[in-house]
Amino acid sequence: MSATTLTPAPGTGSPGMAKNEVVARALGRRRHRVNLIVKTLCVTATVIGLALLASILFTLLWRGLGGLSLTVFTTATKPPGSNGGLLNAIVGTLIQTGIGTLIGTPIGLMVGTYLAEYGHGSLISNVVRFVSDVLLSAPSILIGLFIYQLVVEPMGGFSGIAGSLALAVLVIPIVVRTTEDMLRLIPATLREAAVGLGAPKWKMITLICYRAAMDGIVTGVLLAVARIAGETAPLLFTSLGNLNWSVNMSQPMASLPVTIYQYAGSAFDDWVQLAWVAALLITVGVLAINIIARFALRGRT
Amino acid sequence: MTRSGLPGRPRFRAPCSTVLRARRAGRLPRRAARVITLVGTVQNAIAVTPEPGRARRGAGRPWGDAVFAAAARASGGFVLLLLGGIILSLFIGGIAAFRQFGAGFVVSTDWDPVHQKFGALVSIYGTLVTSAIALALAVPLAFGIAFYLTELAPGWLRRPVGTAIELLAAVPSIIYGMWGFFVIVPIMSDTIQPAIINAFDGIPVLADLFAGPPFGTGIFTAALILAVMVIPFVAATMRDVFETVPPVYKESAYGVGCTTWEVMRSIVLPYTRVSVVGGIMLGLGRALGETMAVTFVIGNADRISTTLFGSGNTIASIVALEFPESPQGSLKLASLLALGFILFVISFIVLAISRTLLRPKVAG
Repeated sequence: MSATTLTPAPGTGSPGMAKNEVVARALGRRRHRVNLIVKTLCVTATVIGLALLASILFTLLWRGLGGLSLTVFTTATKPPGSNGGLLNAIVGTLIQTGIGTLIGTPIGLMVGTYLAEYGHGSLISNVVRFVSDVLLSAPSILIGLFIYQLVVEPMGGFSGIAGSLALAVLVIPIVVRTTEDMLRLIPATLREAAVGLGAPKWKMITLICYRAAMDGIVTGVLLAVARIAGETAPLLFTSLGNLNWSVNMSQPMASLPVTIYQYAGSAFDDWVQLAWVAALLITVGVLAINIIARFALRGRT
Repeated sequence: MTRSGLPGRPRFRAPCSTVLRARRAGRLPRRAARVITLVGTVQNAIAVTPEPGRARRGAGRPWGDAVFAAAARASGGFVLLLLGGIILSLFIGGIAAFRQFGAGFVVSTDWDPVHQKFGALVSIYGTLVTSAIALALAVPLAFGIAFYLTELAPGWLRRPVGTAIELLAAVPSIIYGMWGFFVIVPIMSDTIQPAIINAFDGIPVLADLFAGPPFGTGIFTAALILAVMVIPFVAATMRDVFETVPPVYKESAYGVGCTTWEVMRSIVLPYTRVSVVGGIMLGLGRALGETMAVTFVIGNADRISTTLFGSGNTIASIVALEFPESPQGSLKLASLLALGFILFVISFIVLAISRTLLRPKVAG
């Protein structure tokens, strides 16, 4: 557009042109105004998201730090008013999370290996991947009910081993997903080099592929640990919780999330205080594992 | 490498480089260096050729491959078995309730342990209503966050903000429950609920929907907490999906003068529409089965309340709350397991749709 059409002299330019110009300018202003409004709303949404995280962390620190002391780590849970700690819950969470991870990881690793190395896009491997994805997001409370039916009822009572099994079921799909993704990232030349030198397939997978995908797989396992360490619902029906000191796997076992659930709703101030301490511990632990896992993955990509 | 029976080529590299270094420093005559390098090359060539004995040892154990493949296939089958086991165990556990009440179990609003009458409608209603409200609140916010992270945020801010949003997803659900109960519920009962009740006073439908004493707990508060929990999942999925749009499309739109919002609305959203719906369904799947956060704030009532500020329950919350008072073999426990079965069917359908929609765009 030339300068003359931008500012038409009266009588010389066509009146329609001048009108279009005004409309176009108004339209342009409107488009930019809409753009600005949407941008502002998006920034607001992000700020709200970050504020929620900050609010949760601040609440935990504010309420939890006050009750943090050495007795929390050295004494088991006690009746209200007798200065109890969380030792049995902390140990119970560590044991159940550890055993759950130990059971779930090899299975998940093998399923991921099957999907990446043996499946070859067959119908059954697609079904396995689909089912694993569904299990990844399935309500964890139902996993608890499943283990209750499968283990607790036949064994005649709640037990730490039932809790570990429920957590193991939650670990499997997470490890499957990361293992398959990581194995698929390995360049074909690496496999071909191994096979070309006469290595059998299982050696190629265990000695070449697993090593190349190691930090990705470790990330997956860490994320799985972070996920199950904070799980409450499946443990309510399996390991139940235990207010006394116990490391017997065939007996009900305490855990931090279940203790939070029992204490937070109680009428005793010191129990509620301990619930906040437990909440602080579990959140800091879970978030720390998450951040470590992210750094492990960043080293790779 | 050497453990796999492969020859260790790097062994000869060190002497070669030593030779080169010595040659460069002028400590070695050119001809001598050439001879030494040649010897090294020949040695390397010999070493790379597989020794016949070693090669046969690898090939002589076909069972290694067979065992490993069988283990991998068996694990794949185990996952299918796991899903089948979950469905079957919930169904068998709940069969007494289905037998007793028939199809009426799903549409009955009874929950009367004294007269042994149980129905699922109250908790199905609570589950669907809380999840629907949660999604209505969460999707716009999640979209805003995903839009900000992909198009608006400066490069140095993307990673930390993205990580912070993902950490929000990692916080255990019981923490959301506590936070909701001790922080959100007082705010709701003191400020937000009275304000909403006053604002909608006299407006026909809304006044009924948001009526009732401001207890703070209830269906609306539960939906609010669920929304906070669902936001990071939906936002992260949307961000990943938005990033699959080829930059050329966006650049050509910017090139003809489109604003950021116009690029999002006319290029990115149409391109990713199916996957965005998949991401929302994934969030819905999460919301349907969420237990602890809801249990803390929903108020647990065995009836359908006409107002959103009223108490209610969801399938997950009633199972968590009533389970300790349900002795083994009782009709109540069977009813709870039947509720679990219904929840599994609902979330399986939602998650299956989500996966089908997400599959083409997001690999893996």
